[in-house]
Formats: sequence, structure tokens, C-alpha cells
Amino acid sequence: MSETRAERVTRSLVRDVELPGGAGTLALLTLDNGLDHTKPSTLGPLGIAELTERLAELRARAARGEIAAIGITGKPYFLAAGADLTAVSTITTHEAALGLGRAGHAAYELLHDAGVPTFAFVNGLALGGGLEIALNCDYRTVASDAAALGLPETGLGLVPGWGGAYLVPRLVGIEKAVDVILTRPAQNKPYKPAEAATLGLVDVLLDSADFLEQSLAWAARVVRGEVVVERRPLDPQPVWDAVVGAARQRLDAVVHRSRPAPYRALDLLAGARTATRAEAFAAEDAALADLIMSDEMRASVYAFGLVSGGKRPVGAPARELARPVTRVGIVGAGLMAAQIALLVAQRLGVPVVMRDLDEERVAKGVGYVRTSVEKLVGRGRMTADAAARILASVEGTTDIQAFAACDVVVEAVTEVLSLKKRVFAELEGIVSPETILATNTSALSVTEMAADLQHPERVVGIHFFNPVAQMPLVEVVQAEHTSQEALATAFAITSKLRKTAVLVRDRPGFVVNRLLVLVMGKVVEAIENGTAVQVADQALAPLGFPMPTFELFDLVGPAVGLHVLTSLRADLGDRFPASPGLEKLVADGTRVVLDAPAPGLHRPVDPAIQGVFGPALEAGVTGQHGTPVLDGPGVLDSVLTALTVEVGHMLEEGVVAGPPQIDLCMILGAGWGFHTGGITPYLDRTGCSERVLGRRLLPDGVANVPA
Amino acid sequence: MTTTARRPQLRDVVFVEGVRTPFGKARPDGLYAETRADDLVVKAVRELLRRHPELPADRVDEVAIAATTQSGDQGITLGRTVAVLAGLPASVPGYAIDRMCAGGMTAVTTTAAGIASGQQDVVVAGGVEHMGHHPMGFDADPNPRFVSERLVAPDALNMGVTAENIHDRMPHLTKERADAYAVASQAKYAKAVANGDVGPEIVPVAVRSAELGWGLATADELPRPGTTIAGIRDLKTPFRPGGRVTAGNASPLTDGATACLLAAGDIADGLGLPVRMRLVASAFAGVAPEVMGLGPIPSTEKALARAGLTIDDIGLFEVNEAFAVQVLAFLDHFGLADDDARVNPYGGAIAMGHPLASSGVRLMTQLAHEFERNPQVRYGITTMCVGLGQGGTVIWENPHHPDYSGHTTPSSTQEA
Repeated sequence: MSETRAERVTRSLVRDVELPGGAGTLALLTLDNGLDHTKPSTLGPLGIAELTERLAELRARAARGEIAAIGITGKPYFLAAGADLTAVSTITTHEAALGLGRAGHAAYELLHDAGVPTFAFVNGLALGGGLEIALNCDYRTVASDAAALGLPETGLGLVPGWGGAYLVPRLVGIEKAVDVILTRPAQNKPYKPAEAATLGLVDVLLDSADFLEQSLAWAARVVRGEVVVERRPLDPQPVWDAVVGAARQRLDAVVHRSRPAPYRALDLLAGARTATRAEAFAAEDAALADLIMSDEMRASVYAFGLVSGGKRPVGAPARELARPVTRVGIVGAGLMAAQIALLVAQRLGVPVVMRDLDEERVAKGVGYVRTSVEKLVGRGRMTADAAARILASVEGTTDIQAFAACDVVVEAVTEVLSLKKRVFAELEGIVSPETILATNTSALSVTEMAADLQHPERVVGIHFFNPVAQMPLVEVVQAEHTSQEALATAFAITSKLRKTAVLVRDRPGFVVNRLLVLVMGKVVEAIENGTAVQVADQALAPLGFPMPTFELFDLVGPAVGLHVLTSLRADLGDRFPASPGLEKLVADGTRVVLDAPAPGLHRPVDPAIQGVFGPALEAGVTGQHGTPVLDGPGVLDSVLTALTVEVGHMLEEGVVAGPPQIDLCMILGAGWGFHTGGITPYLDRTGCSERVLGRRLLPDGVANVPA
Repeated sequence: MTTTARRPQLRDVVFVEGVRTPFGKARPDGLYAETRADDLVVKAVRELLRRHPELPADRVDEVAIAATTQSGDQGITLGRTVAVLAGLPASVPGYAIDRMCAGGMTAVTTTAAGIASGQQDVVVAGGVEHMGHHPMGFDADPNPRFVSERLVAPDALNMGVTAENIHDRMPHLTKERADAYAVASQAKYAKAVANGDVGPEIVPVAVRSAELGWGLATADELPRPGTTIAGIRDLKTPFRPGGRVTAGNASPLTDGATACLLAAGDIADGLGLPVRMRLVASAFAGVAPEVMGLGPIPSTEKALARAGLTIDDIGLFEVNEAFAVQVLAFLDHFGLADDDARVNPYGGAIAMGHPLASSGVRLMTQLAHEFERNPQVRYGITTMCVGLGQGGTVIWENPHHPDYSGHTTPSSTQEA
């Protein structure tokens, strides 16, 4: 059971200010949780109660003619970051959940028809319930430096239920509202202030240097009637219906009802056109209450907490142990090597030397860095100066002696153990005894790689994911002899590379590949037994994975997938199935998927590959392996069972500190959804862990609604 | 092939406009206790530029900002940091400047010299002092030779003591006269606010308090309207037992910032910038540090001589009221009455406060407004005393006067 912690109350501080030009008094309410700029104000029950009280007082003053306007702003850098999620996830009854929605609405409702105009001065971050305060006001200004505006609720298993679902489509139109409420949260991409202004989420964008002064001046002009903000008419019903219908189709194709929140949000949007505010707010309350009491929401909050806390890796040695890194060597100049070289040059800001066997490969690696940098400059994502610095700091060579002065050398050569051992042995003759040797292996044993070295303690695994620039996860591998210094240095580097690092023990496939490839193997195994490829490809849809299995094969490359599968099978046994069909696909170089039917939709498996696996059989009949052919739910069950078994083994082997680290790896390394909590909350709530292991993986209530 | 550089002729310098923040009490409960000093100037500079959309921001050639203490939130080369923070283009340079209380005045005269000689066309000059964040003399490390070689009296760095010293030297400048002067300053200020003579130059500043939330500073915090002679007669004399200088007849510790726009006369005309004053002459002069308040006397004599004017030509005076006695000494020297209507018609620092390096530009801003209201006055003076024994004076000409000498042609400076 998670502990209920005291609410950090966000205060509602009210001061009167004189509007310029004799426009009267504006009562200015500041939301402030009393903490510094690293701790955003959030809204819990006590904070909402205080806000309600203050707003009620201000309405009374407005009625008495004492004030001409009401304004709301926040402490520096924040309007408010929304509801206090940790508190929300400790709610135990549907009634309490309903109360939370109603309390927010009761407060925000006071901003409508207040007797005087209400203004939100969005001075900083405004997310979720924070942005909804602004949406409920009559007018909004935004500071040009506000960090982000958005309604991330549907990404966290909720709906924008303090007015957002009703107000956004009315402010910006139904089409844009779908973006605000569904698309952007799915991409985890809130709005920048200028975007929000263009969209109409806010009325006016003002420079941050004197944002509040100019906001008040603008408010004064509104009060005096010199500025009139035009509101768009409601979109016609047919347009509204068409947009909602298209969005629903897209959800079905991508989300597959794996989680309820987006559907509930869409239902609210659908009803927002004709509902009165009271009706719409009541519908929001109901949706919010149902979702707060859903395991998907609890798992999402758990996942959100893992990702937010990921910057402090569990088990990492003291930072002071890390060695200074002033020059980095990369062995190899292939795609992975070049991506790592670019990232290191970019984020560590130290000279990087990339070495390969011949000039052609070296030129290709350096060329990759140059092309990537030029692309970034072209898109305005990098300044010309930064590009020049990076290009000057990445050097390619065929001379292995160039590694002599490196503090860290990362090998990224072909995944062949003997080759990697040879590379390390050769390096040991060149670098200083303190130089840290890192390997980017995805499935080979780091311990074996270090075995014959004079200083095996200097070897550590730093496993990047492809594409290196985009993937947020790195597995830091502790081999048998890895020293605390080598480990600390690896963590220091990954932190500077702005990656989330998870400490893993040197076990085959570490975490992500072990589970991801297991899933692929189990799906292929079912096909080998007779399940139709299309049935198997779609079987995991209820999990809401980022893509169907064969699209994933296509993305990682079937050859790579097969290689890891074979390697894991050799190390871990036949829990990892063999697949002659897959081998043939790889040998023939056959593309396994068709093009997506529309942008943003998944790529389905190409039914033509059925042939390499033999004919598809009826579900239930005895298949090629002598076991019954599985239907979709059967495949899903076999995958979940295998995952549970494997997670059990991994925890026993001590691959990571505990289930949360497995979940963090799967969220950031495989893109598994927040609603699954990574994977262990899903295995717990579907009863798999109890059934297979005889126990839960996480305590009841940590990532689910407690029994 | 050789090129011959252009040889600039002297140009007129005009005062376009001045603005200031409300002045706040330099105390933990003051308006700006939780507001940064540099932010105060930034708000002033932004408002100044906002009032002149006809001026392309990249035409500003210099941002000169004064502060007496140049560390912390008044450090890192204020003029440049303010330019950056105010959103001026990166091409606009800036620097920090210091002459204690006359810092802002010196920012004006120094950049004016640059404009006159053709080094700059348009400048922003101003000052800031957050005396709450930077108590006077805090962290100073005076050279011990000052005392060991008796270069200055040991207490010459205590401004209140120097004011007592003037009372000593000039016994006829009594405490009663000082109190009466101070009471009049409060009354004139209150009237000026009521008449709207003080106000248009004030830039509202958003102020945050962790306790109270955000607020908006729109008016000076320090004035004590309704002050009477009886009410201040018995105030403590903190600088010496039985002294004459009190909180009632001295300027209070103040937070605030000012900024003004100066331009070459022909450039102002070309850009369509309004001209509110033309700089005629300026001078700084030194006196004994222990009677620093006498500084405006020699600096004014010097400036008048340079301008070829006499005190009788001056129709309006903006004298900084660091201490009432120091103003009285100035008036006494030039034969002006304590209550001469030409002197500080809107009241002075005793009422509104004296944020050291900001005050010079505040005097100019008010004189510019008085010029507009008084087209019959041709010349006016802004003057102030400076710690460690200095005075500064700038003489200005009123463009609204029928005999205004003009400013558009380079030769016009010769007439002054």
C-alpha cells in the first residue's frame, strides 16, 4: 500500500492591483505552493478548497462593485502543473473520486459569469488542471517563456476533467481539440506558448520580460472595452460528428481499446457541442471518477513516477567515484558507432575519435556524423556554431594508437564475442591502466568479454538503443569484475548524454531485449504451430503495445531479431523458441510488413509470408508442434505466461533491483505503454503473476486499485 | 589608394524622454524586497522603448546604466545585462557606470559627450539602486590611507554626518529651516501627484512577495503626505546626539530605477523622436568630502560659466534633496529663498526617495515635464551632491521656449 503523504498545499494569495488608465481594481490571485522553482505547484483537495474560498470572496466583492476584474497567475515559472497525481492515486472509493472532480469543477465554475471579467495570466508551465484554470477564465495571456501548456491527462489514464474536454473544442474547434486532448498527450508533446496562442488556447502572447505588467495593461484594455476578443462560433454538428468519428476510427486502429481513457475523452468531446456547461461538467466528473478507479490509471501514475524518478538510478555507485572524461574513443565506425560518437560529441562536449579498419568505413562513419549535423542545422535544431564544434571534435582514423589518450573507449563492433575480446585485448596494450573500456553489446556476455584482460574491472556495458539520439534508455551492465569506478563513470556519462540509465547484471539480453525478443519468439512460435500470421500479428493488440509484432520485426531488422533470439536461446534455453520460418525470411531478405494504410496507422503483416511457416490452421486443432493451434487470445495468453515466467527468472537472477526497474526498461526501451505500468502491473492485474508464479510482483495498490 | 575618415562636427544632444519605476522603501517589508535590482531597470528601459515605436531598437548605440554598488543583482556590467534582459538586439552594446549618487547623471553626461562628438546617435542612460539589497557602503574596503594620512575625515563616508557638518559650518542654516524645507517638499510632491505632474513618467512594476503573491507597484511608497513641522520636530537625530539631521529632513533609503533616451538633435528629428530638452552644458566639481553636500555649488558655477549664463538665466531648478540642509546651502549661495517657487516645484527626494544612482535621471525627467508646462522658462538646471565630496550640474534649454536656439544643425551648439 502506498503511504498517504501530506498535501503540499498550493495557496491562493490575493492582492489588489490598480489597473492602468483608471480601469479599476483587479484582484490578483497567485497560486503558490511555497517551494522553489524546481517544485511545481499542484492542486490537491486543500489547495482546491482554498481556491474555492478565495474565488467565492472575490465574486462577492465583484457583486459589491469593489473590483473590476479577477486575475489568476502563478509563482515564477509555473501557473500550476495540474492535480496532485500522487494524491489522486491514493483515492480508494468511487465516491471520493467523484468528489475530486466535483471539487475542481466547483472551484473553476466560479470563474464563469463572475460578475466581472476573469483573466488567467499564464506565466509558466500550465498542465492538466493547471491549464484548465486558465481555460475556465474569460481571457488568457501567456508568457513567451512558459515552459509548456497542455492537457496530458489521456496519457496518464485520465481525461481533462476540470472543464478541459468541454472548453477546448469550443475555444479552438473540434478538430484541434482532438489534437490537444488525444494526439499531443499520446506523443508526450505539450504546446509551446506561441503554438498555444496560434491555436487559440490562449488569447495573447506577451514577452516574458514584463509579462505580468503587460498582461495587466492588456486586461485593463479589455475591461475598458478597447480590446474585444472574438470567439469562434461552434463548429457545425456534421463537422463535429465527422471529426469525432475519424478520431474514433484512429483510436480503434492504434489503441485497440487497450485503455479506456482516450475513449472516455472522445465521448466527452462528442457530447461537448450540445451539452450545457453543467451537463458537460457532470459528464467529466463521471468519467474522471471511473478512470481514477481504474487499474490503467493507477499503472500510468506508477509509470509516470518511474520515468520522472529515472534520473536517480537505483544501485548506481556514488557520483564522486566517476572518473573525469576528457576524450572518448569509439571502436568501429558503423551506424551504431557513428550515432554514439555524435551523441558524445554533442552532449559530453569532448573530443571523440572513431576508429575502424579501413579508410572507407571511417569515411562513412564520419560522413554519417556530418550528414546528421547538417540535417539538424537545416531544420533549425542546431546552431551553425554548435555544428562546427561537433564536426571539429569528431575525428576518424584507422590508427588504433589514436585511443592512447582516451579516458573511455566504447566498442561498437560486430556482435561476435571473439572479435570483441580481440578488440579489448588490443586496446589494453595501448590505453592507460585506468582507461575504462565499455561495450555496447546487446546480448553477449560482458564478463566473458573481459575475462582474459589484465584489468577486467575496467570493463562495463553501456547498452544504447537504436536510434541512439531518440531512445531515452541505456542499460548499464555490471559484469562480474566491473569496478565501482567503471560503473560510476558509465552512469556519469549516460547522465550527461541525458539518458535514463538502469543498472543491470550481466545476464543474456539484459532486460529489454530479453523480454522484447521473447514476445517476438512466442508470437512466431504460435505461427510455426499453425496460427495465421495475421491473427498472431494482431494478437497482442489488447496490450496496447506501440506496434504489432511484425512491424517491430521490421523496425529492428528481422536479421537482428533472429540473431538475438538465437543467441538468447543458446544462453537461456528453449523458453526462447526456434523458428525455421523466421530463418528463411531472413535468409531470403523478405520484407515482412505492408505499408501503413494511412499515415499514423500501423503496418500490418504481409499475409504473403504465411507460406514460409506452412499453412494456417484452424484454432484448436493439433498443430505442427503437436499442441493445439492458438487463436488470438491464446497467443496473447502464451505471451503473457512466457513474460511472467521470464520476469520471475530475471528477478531470481538479480538482473535488476526489482520489478520497477524492469518496468522502467520496458517503458523507455520498448515503448510499452504507461497503462501497462511497463509490464509487471499488467501481469499482476490480469492475474498472470499469481497464476504462474504464485505471487504478485508488486504489492497490491502500488500500481493498481487496491482490493 | 587612401580613404580619409569623416571628421565629425559637434552635435546637439537632446533629451527625448525619461521614465522611472515607483520608488520603494529599502526595507524587508518594502515594495521591492523580493524584486531584483536589474529587473527594475529592465522594466524602465522596456517602457521607454515601448513609448517610442518610432525608434528601431537597433538604432540604440549604447545602454549606460549606473549603480553605486556594482555587485550581485547590480553587477555583471549592468548596461549590457540590462540590454540583453530588456530584449534589445544583441548588436546593442552597454556598460555600467558609477559616480555614487550622480551615477545616472554621469551616464547622461558621458553618453551625451559621445553623442555630441559623433560617437553615438541614440543612447539609453539610466540608473538603479536597490538600497535594500545593497546597503550603502556595505562590503566597501576603503583604503586605510584615507584615515592614516588624513585625506578625509574619518566620518566623511557617512552621508548623514556630512550633512551635520554643513549645519556646523553654516549655523544660520538651522534645523528649523531644514524642517520647514522638508515639510514643503512633502506638500509640493502631494500636490504634484494630485495634479498629475508626477505619474506619467512612472512605469508599473510587477512585484512578488512569497507571502502575499504577485502585486503591482504603481506609486511611490515613501512620501508622507500631510507631514507638519510639529510632526517632525522631535524626531531622533541618528547621526549625532543633539544633531539636526533627522529622518524628517533627509531623503529615505530607497529602491528604484530610472532610464532616459538621449539622441543627437538631427537624429531625433530624422527619426521623429520628440525633443523635451536640449543639453546646454554640464560640469562636475569636487569639495571637501566631509561637506560633500556643498558639491552642487561649484559644479553649478562651473556649468554656468561654461554655458555663458548666470544664475539669473535659470528659470527652474531640480536640486536633489539628499538632505534639506544641503539644498539650503545651495540656495543660500545663489541668493535664492528657501521657498523659491522655481526650485523643485514637484517636491524632491525628501518626499519620493533617493535611490542613489537613479536620481540624476529622475531630476531630468521632472525638469522635462516642467519645461513643457512652463514654455516661458528658457533654461533649467539639474544638480546634485555626491558622496566623497562632489557635485554635478547639467543645464538644459527648453525647446518650448519662443527663443529656443534649435538643435537640428551642427552649428547651433555655438549659439549656446
